Order: sequence, then C-alpha cells, then structure tokens
Amino acid sequence: MSKKQTTQQQRRDFLKASAATGVAASVPLIFSKGAYAAEKFRNDPGTGKSIKFGFNVPQTGAYADEGADELRAYKLAVKHLNGEGDGGMLNTMKPMSLKGNGVLGKKVEYVTGDTQTKSDAARASAKRMIEKDGVLMITGGSSSGVAIAVQGLCQEMGTIFMTGLTHSNDTTGKDKKRYGFRHMFNAYMSGRALGPVLEKEYGTERRAYHLTADYTWGWTQEQSMKDTTEALGWKTVKTVRTPVGAGDFSQYITPVLNSGADVLILNHYGKDMINSLNQAVQFGLKDKVVNGKQFEIVVPLFSRLMAQGAGDAIKGILGSTNWNWQLKNAGTNAFVKSFGAEYGFPPSQAAHTCYVQTLLYANACEQAGTFYPPEVIRTLEDFIFDGMGNGETLYRGADHQCFKDVLVVRGNPNPTSQFDLLKVEQVVPRSKVEYDPSIFGGELGPYKV
Amino acid sequence: MDAILIQILNGLDKGGAYALIALGLTLAFGTLGVVNFAHGALFMLGAFCAVTFQQVLTISKKVKDPSITFFDAYKETPYLEIWWGDTGRAIIDYAVPLSILFAIPVMLLIGVIMERGLIKYFYKRTHAEQILVTFGLAIVIQEIVRSFFGANPLPQSAPAVVAGSAAIGSALGLSDNLVYPWWRLIYLGFSLAVIFAVFAFLKYTTFGMVVRAGMADRETVSLLGINVQKRFTIVFALAALVAGLAGVMYAPILPPDYHMGMDFLVLSFVVVVVGGMGSLGGAVAAGFLLGILQSFASMNEIKSIIPGIDQIIIYLVAVVILLVRPRGLMGREGVMED
Repeated sequence: MSKKQTTQQQRRDFLKASAATGVAASVPLIFSKGAYAAEKFRNDPGTGKSIKFGFNVPQTGAYADEGADELRAYKLAVKHLNGEGDGGMLNTMKPMSLKGNGVLGKKVEYVTGDTQTKSDAARASAKRMIEKDGVLMITGGSSSGVAIAVQGLCQEMGTIFMTGLTHSNDTTGKDKKRYGFRHMFNAYMSGRALGPVLEKEYGTERRAYHLTADYTWGWTQEQSMKDTTEALGWKTVKTVRTPVGAGDFSQYITPVLNSGADVLILNHYGKDMINSLNQAVQFGLKDKVVNGKQFEIVVPLFSRLMAQGAGDAIKGILGSTNWNWQLKNAGTNAFVKSFGAEYGFPPSQAAHTCYVQTLLYANACEQAGTFYPPEVIRTLEDFIFDGMGNGETLYRGADHQCFKDVLVVRGNPNPTSQFDLLKVEQVVPRSKVEYDPSIFGGELGPYKV
Repeated sequence: MDAILIQILNGLDKGGAYALIALGLTLAFGTLGVVNFAHGALFMLGAFCAVTFQQVLTISKKVKDPSITFFDAYKETPYLEIWWGDTGRAIIDYAVPLSILFAIPVMLLIGVIMERGLIKYFYKRTHAEQILVTFGLAIVIQEIVRSFFGANPLPQSAPAVVAGSAAIGSALGLSDNLVYPWWRLIYLGFSLAVIFAVFAFLKYTTFGMVVRAGMADRETVSLLGINVQKRFTIVFALAALVAGLAGVMYAPILPPDYHMGMDFLVLSFVVVVVGGMGSLGGAVAAGFLLGILQSFASMNEIKSIIPGIDQIIIYLVAVVILLVRPRGLMGREGVMED
C-alpha cells in the first residue's frame, strides 16, 4: 500500500467518523426539540409569525416617571430585537444568539399594562396580558411589593416574569420563584457594597438612626444596612418604620435631633426619599455636629430620577445604584447612544435593567431554540454574560439573582450638566457582594406548572 | 421637654396647613352648600403656581455640553442672572414668596372658572352627586398637572436667608437640639395671618356681613334684593385663593407633586367634620388640634406603647368627638342634617 493511499484512507475514515459523530450528536437534540414542540404551554405561538411581550409598568401614581422610562427602554429593546435601529446592546452582549430578526424568526410585539404601583392592580394587569393578550413573558414594575405579587401569579400561570426595578432581598430570597428572574441588585448587595466605603468615610464609631419605608423592600434594606454597619462597629440607635407616602416626615425626623445619633440612614425610595431627605436637610441635620462628628445622611438606594427630584439636598450623599449612564464600557456606551439618540436624554437605572431583561429573555429563547418556559428557564439559570454595562454577570440558578459589580455613588456636589447628578465613587466587584443563597431561604418551585 | 416642644411646633405647622385647607372647604360649604372634593386639587395648584413661577424665573441660556454627543446636555445659566447679576440671583432666590403675587390672580381666576363652569350646575343636586363630580374634577386636574410636570416631586427652595433652622432651644435657654426650620415657622405665621385676614374680612366688611347673612339664611338675604349668587361666586374664588396660598407657601416644606392635594384632602375633610360642618372657627380649631395630636402620636415613646397609633389617631379622635358631640366641636344646628 502506497503512502498516498494510506493518507486518503485515513482522511476518508476521519470524514466518516466525523459525519457519524455529528449525526449521533444531533439526534438527541432533534428528539428533545421535538419534545419541546410536543409540550403544551400557555400562549405557545406555534406557527404564528409574531410573539407578544407584556410590559407591566407604573404608568400612573408615584412611580410613573420610572415607569415611563422603563417603557421607553422596552420599546427600544423591541426595536433592536426586530432588527431596527442601531442594535444597541445586541452589538455588545456576549454570548449572543439573537440575529436581529425577532426571536426564533418571529417578530416581537408588545402590550402594556399599568401597575399603578399597587400589588392588586399589577396582578390584575399581568393576568389580563397573559389571558387576553396572550403574552409569552411579563416584565416591568418599580416596587418590590409589585414584583413579588406578579412573580407569584406568573409562577401559577407558567409565564416567565423578568422583574423590573425591585431591590428587596425577598424577591430572590424567601419569595423567589422558578418563573421569576431579577437582574437588579438587592438590599444585601447595597449593604455589602456600601460597608467599606462607609467605614473609610465615616469611621467605625458611629451611631445610626434608621427611617424605613414600612414594606418588604424597606424591611430588608434596613436589616441589610443594620447588619453591615453593626459589623463595622456602629451602634444602631433606633429603627423607625414610616408609612409609605407619608408626605411630611417632620414628626419622624425631629426625634433624630435628640437621639444621640450621628448618622441618619434613609431606607426610603422615590417620592418618600425625596421628601424625607429634603426635610432632613431643612431640619439642619446635614450641618449638625453630634458626638464631636459631622452628622451624615446615607441613602442606600439611589437613582438618577430620584436625584433629580431631591435637588440640592442630594449633594454629597452616599448611596448605591445598579448602573449609571456615565460608566465607561462598551455595553453602556451602546445603550446610552441608542437611548440618547431616540429620546434625547440618558437612560435611568430602571430603563437599563428593563432593557437588559428583555434582551436576556429573548436571547435565552433563541439559545434554547424554543419558547417552552421550562427550557428557557434552564437556559437562563447559571447563564454567564457580558457586554451589558455591568461587567461579567451571572444569573445564578439557585435563586435567579444576577450577580455583577455594584456601584457606590455620591450626589454630585458640582454637576457639569443637568444629567450629571450622581458621581460614581467606586465600582465594587461582584466577588464582594456574593452570598450563599440559603441565607434568605425560600423555594423556587417546579419547572413545569 | 425638647421633644414635646418640637412636636407642638410640628403639630402647629401641620395644623396650619390643615386649617387653611379646611377653612376654604368650610367657606365653600357654608355659603354654597357644596361639598367640594376638588379643594385639595386647589391646594396642589397653588403649590404648582410656585413651581411655574420658579421655572419662569429660571428660564436659562443653554450652552451645549460638548463632552456628551449622544444627546443634548446643557449647561444652564438663568437669563435673570445674566442680565442683572446679583439682583437676578436674589429674585430667583425669593421665587417662592414672590410667587404669591402670581398665585393670587391665578387662583382667583381658577376659582371663578370652576364655580361658573361647573359647580353652579350642582347647587341643587344631592351631596353625593356633588362629591362625585368634584372628585372627578380633582382627578382631571391632577392628571393634567402630571402630564405637564411629571410624577416626581419638584423641590422648591426657601430663600437662602431662611433656609436653615432657628436655634429656639438656645434662645430659650433650653437644649441646643431644639431647632426648627425657619420656613416652617414662617408658614405657621403666614397661616395664622391668612386665617385672621379671612375672619376680619367676613366680620368687618359689608361684603362679609352679607356673606355671613347668606350663610345663615340665603332666602331672606335674596328677598332683600341682594345678589347673593354673585357674592357666593366671589366667596368660592376666595376659598380657592386660601387653598392656593396654603399650597404656594407649603412648596418648600413638601416638594410639590401632582398627588399632594389628595393626600391633604381626606384629612381636611376629617378636620371640617370634627370642627363642625359650616363652622369656620371649628375648622381652624380642629385643624390645629388634629395637627398637634398627629405629631404627638408619631413620637417613638407613644408608638412603643400603641404601635401604629400615628396612622389612626386623627380618625380615632374624629370618632370620639362625633360620638360625644355629633355636630362636631362648633357645629351649627341644621347644617347637613336635613
């Protein structure tokens, strides 16, 4: 046998073996894809040419501005998914299965609902979108109370819920659900991120007074901040719960003056935070000296929209945020460019998290090759991605919580433009805010409902 | 002692707002017999007069920030500052008190339009119908405001000279911790001044005398050939003005948002009922009383004994007072009893 013949034979053998391996490898995939197709699931688009997403955001009520920004981001995401516009983060996300031709070749459409930032209204709106409008996925919301309520409904109905703005530990803790996924960071992570900065800025001998919004988010944020500051050596003087939407907080702020506290931690968000912070400043807390130390105010959860509302009162105050439009990375640049070109101003953290959530869901469907929810869920679980503005991010399978870098920000004392309200003080790496999922308990529930 | 004094001040300050809103409500109710659920919206419109005036004063020359290329970000300098330097800055600084001059004609006009355009058609209808239509009007007004100004609160600053706190404790030889914001003290003085002005107007002017006579017996006054209706329109406008002024001056205390009227409305109705329907003195007394009680109920010492008492105290007191005095503190016989 000549040398040439041997080489040809080897090549033929190799090709045969490769083909056989390829066929063998693809057989289970074909069968399993057939299996998804055979599975009945709610609002299966079948051979239809389009699919619908349900954007459930506060369009009225105290969080209507956040809701409006979320909706802008969703519309932009749909545009990009359908191959319109400049593609935004579709150009930067890694790994990326989307092709800019909708999802699995089906055009993306959407319906909107109004949560009114009320759990019952949000559930009713989500239910209508699932039952009447036939949506495949629900997303949105600006409150943890709403997120937990809608998440529970989506678990019952077998529809995936990609949460919007929700920061309570409970959302992916004791109330976590198999059908719920959160990209936003949580109160625990805020505490972990802020701890070292608070220690550096204010030292280890401080006395903290908490004013806390009286609902799930406020409670978990208070607990997380308490754990963090007490671990630093701070003493907690008092924790006071305030009704949501109290308006005038003067009767809660005045006791702080005589409490001996030298730090006020405002576990408030949105309108409550704007009001309580402004009033705390009016009562001279920022200028006060207690225990020989300058009195300080901390707002653990910040957003640019809130900073806008708080005006000068926010200047110099420390807090944390999920994302900021001034970050310098490819994903942020792509998103801010798209959003800015479309609407004429930068996106908020609410807009960012909602945009990312939509893309993540779409990408998971494309990657799984099906809309069958249990398979999409499995694809999202432990999915690692990058290029979405927060560095490398993990969607942890154990609790459906995203783990990524957290930003510590300060109300900008010298803003250079009307949008330059928060200054990024520190990007706290993901490894510093990770935790064991068992600490918050909860059960995800079944894949198949 | 400090804590008690400061809660009294808090209560008086809050009570001042309640009293002003309740005073306007009672004026409209006592003269026109109209239960006006849009009265809170008038308070909110007053606050937005301050917002609008401040926005007009700070119309700015915009210079594009070249560092941002994706959208238009601007560095802004108000024209008043460019034209008049320190004088311009001072005018902007005093935007809230100056906006009173803007709010007076605006609120009077709104009052007249509301009364002539809608309320007058409901004089002879039932109170339930009046409540429905005025509540609807309140929702329309607040949604219009939201569409123009957004849902987030818009903070307004008090003039720099009164932006800080008054060291009341040091002045009285008490603790240094006894401080109270200057603007809140000014608000308390302002609300007392407005209340006295309204009472003096009704007591010492011929117009006021006719209105009071009309409140007591509308038919007899009409039979005397006096155009009571015209006067009542003016009274409604006056009620709108009182609510509006309360709102203007409240803007630096509570950043205005489209919903602030509703937040005050319910409490103000309780104030009116506790004070006695149609009783101006009762409305004022009940406003201050409930404001102070609410502040005391928010003290940690009280809440540790009865948790949640701060949320229900006003309603609890209302129930007790109505059980003991069914017509309220100073209610008149025959009002809303037919």
